[in-house]
Amino acid sequence: MNVIESSGLEKRYGGTWALRECTLAIPDGHVAALVGPNGAGKTTLLNLAVGLTAPTSGIVTVLGGTPPGSPAALDGIAFVAQDAPLYKNLSVADILHLTRNLNRYFDQGYAEARLGELGIPLSRKTGKLSGGQQAQLAPSLALARRPRLLVLDEPMAMLDPLARHDFMATVMTAVADDGVSVVLSSHVLAELERVADYLILLSRGSVQVAGEVDDLLACHRVLTGPAVEADRYTEQLAVVHARRGEAQAHLLIRTNGSTDPVPRGWEAYPVSLEELALAYLREPGAASLPGPARAGHAEPTEVAL
Amino acid sequence: MTAVTLPASPGRDASRRPVPWRRMAWVTWRQHRLTVAGLVAVLGAVSLYLLMIGQQARAFNAIAGHSLTLTAALFQVIPALIGAFVGAPVLAKELETGTFRYTWTQGFGRARWTVATLAPLAVTVTVLAGAVGFLFSWCYEPLIGGRYGSSLLAGNTFDLHSVAFAAWTLTAFSIGVLAGILIRRVVPAMFATLVAWSGLAVVTGVFLRPHYEAPLVTSRPNLPRTDWVMSQWWTRGGKPVSSSTIDEVLQKAGAKVSGGAVIQSPGSALGNMSPTQYLLHHGFTQVMSYQPASRFWPFQWIEGGWLLALSLLLMGTAVWLVRRRAT
Repeated sequence: MNVIESSGLEKRYGGTWALRECTLAIPDGHVAALVGPNGAGKTTLLNLAVGLTAPTSGIVTVLGGTPPGSPAALDGIAFVAQDAPLYKNLSVADILHLTRNLNRYFDQGYAEARLGELGIPLSRKTGKLSGGQQAQLAPSLALARRPRLLVLDEPMAMLDPLARHDFMATVMTAVADDGVSVVLSSHVLAELERVADYLILLSRGSVQVAGEVDDLLACHRVLTGPAVEADRYTEQLAVVHARRGEAQAHLLIRTNGSTDPVPRGWEAYPVSLEELALAYLREPGAASLPGPARAGHAEPTEVAL
Repeated sequence: MTAVTLPASPGRDASRRPVPWRRMAWVTWRQHRLTVAGLVAVLGAVSLYLLMIGQQARAFNAIAGHSLTLTAALFQVIPALIGAFVGAPVLAKELETGTFRYTWTQGFGRARWTVATLAPLAVTVTVLAGAVGFLFSWCYEPLIGGRYGSSLLAGNTFDLHSVAFAAWTLTAFSIGVLAGILIRRVVPAMFATLVAWSGLAVVTGVFLRPHYEAPLVTSRPNLPRTDWVMSQWWTRGGKPVSSSTIDEVLQKAGAKVSGGAVIQSPGSALGNMSPTQYLLHHGFTQVMSYQPASRFWPFQWIEGGWLLALSLLLMGTAVWLVRRRAT
């Protein structure tokens, strides 16, 4: 089952295309990270998936073919928007009560325990909570709904490093205990490394790279060697991004497995998720390279394996 | 690290019955109780004032009548203010503060949320306004046909009475709601509500209300003051006579006519007669078109009816817009 699947999805606001020809399939059971520069269409894609926005053209479905915004989709998906806006004049207890009333299922005990752990008093108005507490409240409420899919738009933007760590631990606990699938957009690449096992790179409104993190890491590596030879290999190899220094060059390449020979005088290193993401972000055109990591431009199911 | 773990997954029944409507009762009350409290306070104060005036009107006709005419103008703005302060923020505030991203993605569903929010508020607003309207009618009763209350149908008090007042308030609320979803910001939506409602009220008073039923025509000289005279003209031998002809006739009789006003000069053929009497004596007939006072209630229900239909249309459009596009 794919938690989010789209085909030829396009969204235009006025004269600006927020999303173009976006075709992807995010399989369930993953913590999928949606990464891309500002304006790449991350929020638009998430809004489409939770049914807040209707596409200009194309199709998007959630939870295995359900239309976004339908009762079944709303029931199974908990969404935390960017900046997690909540009613400022309502107390935390009121927000809990409101959320419980608006959903078929709400785990009051879990929510109260979680908020107690975060030190968020139930009697306080949400507008009087600190920025970090506010950012923690909405995901806690979302998890208490016991969704099948948790969609988080920039959940860590307002959190300090310690809170980020704690927040991701909470999400990972839910993933482990409840099998909830997670799709989150984020700028914080370093944090994603620890949690995300599926990566979608968006660039200029379309998917640049999509795939399981392990697969992506396995078929990319960094080659380090003399700068003078770099140009020769850029033609032979599928170079995503080349960084040249005075003497040394670093080439982030896509390989077709471990059999690729390393040129003499060069050394190969495995890549980190952050390096990989940054390399693609710096080269918006790199998606056109051949290889397994190519995001399903024609066949989204290929990516969904 | 967290120690809180999630219990086993809840059973997902295949039927997927939607979240019951009654669950929204608390949500709507909690979200709008301050607004409702404010509304009750303001309309309560207005009602107390009307009670006081009503008592006075029964004791000393003139004084109360005077203050009632003065306040009638102020009362006109009540529906518009309710539309701006109660109707406009309902959806605009959600959109402006971004809370719609939270509320409209919950299991209840955003179109149902909108219906469940609008319906109780619309009913509350209408019932409260209706109560004030009936109180106003009660106040006004002793003045009907008197010095200040010329006709219930005419002028500036028709829409302050019972049914019409409730309907105009509901319309203002609905205009506010629709302005809220279209404009998506509270303050501009409030202004738009005031402007749109006022425009509709003026257009209705000037162009629509006189034509709810075809006016009656009479040549009876003295209509009761409670009837609403809409226009009058002269005829002679069954044919209408233009006002310039009338002026000529009066000038020949020695009266000076300037700008439609007749200045009687001494020693003229008019004698002690008023110009009207003079004309009546010389074969002219004054004809009036009017709406009889008995049409007050039919007109109230006609106005209430089409305003109710308009309100439902506006709120239906708002729900449709919410359903169609949230961002």
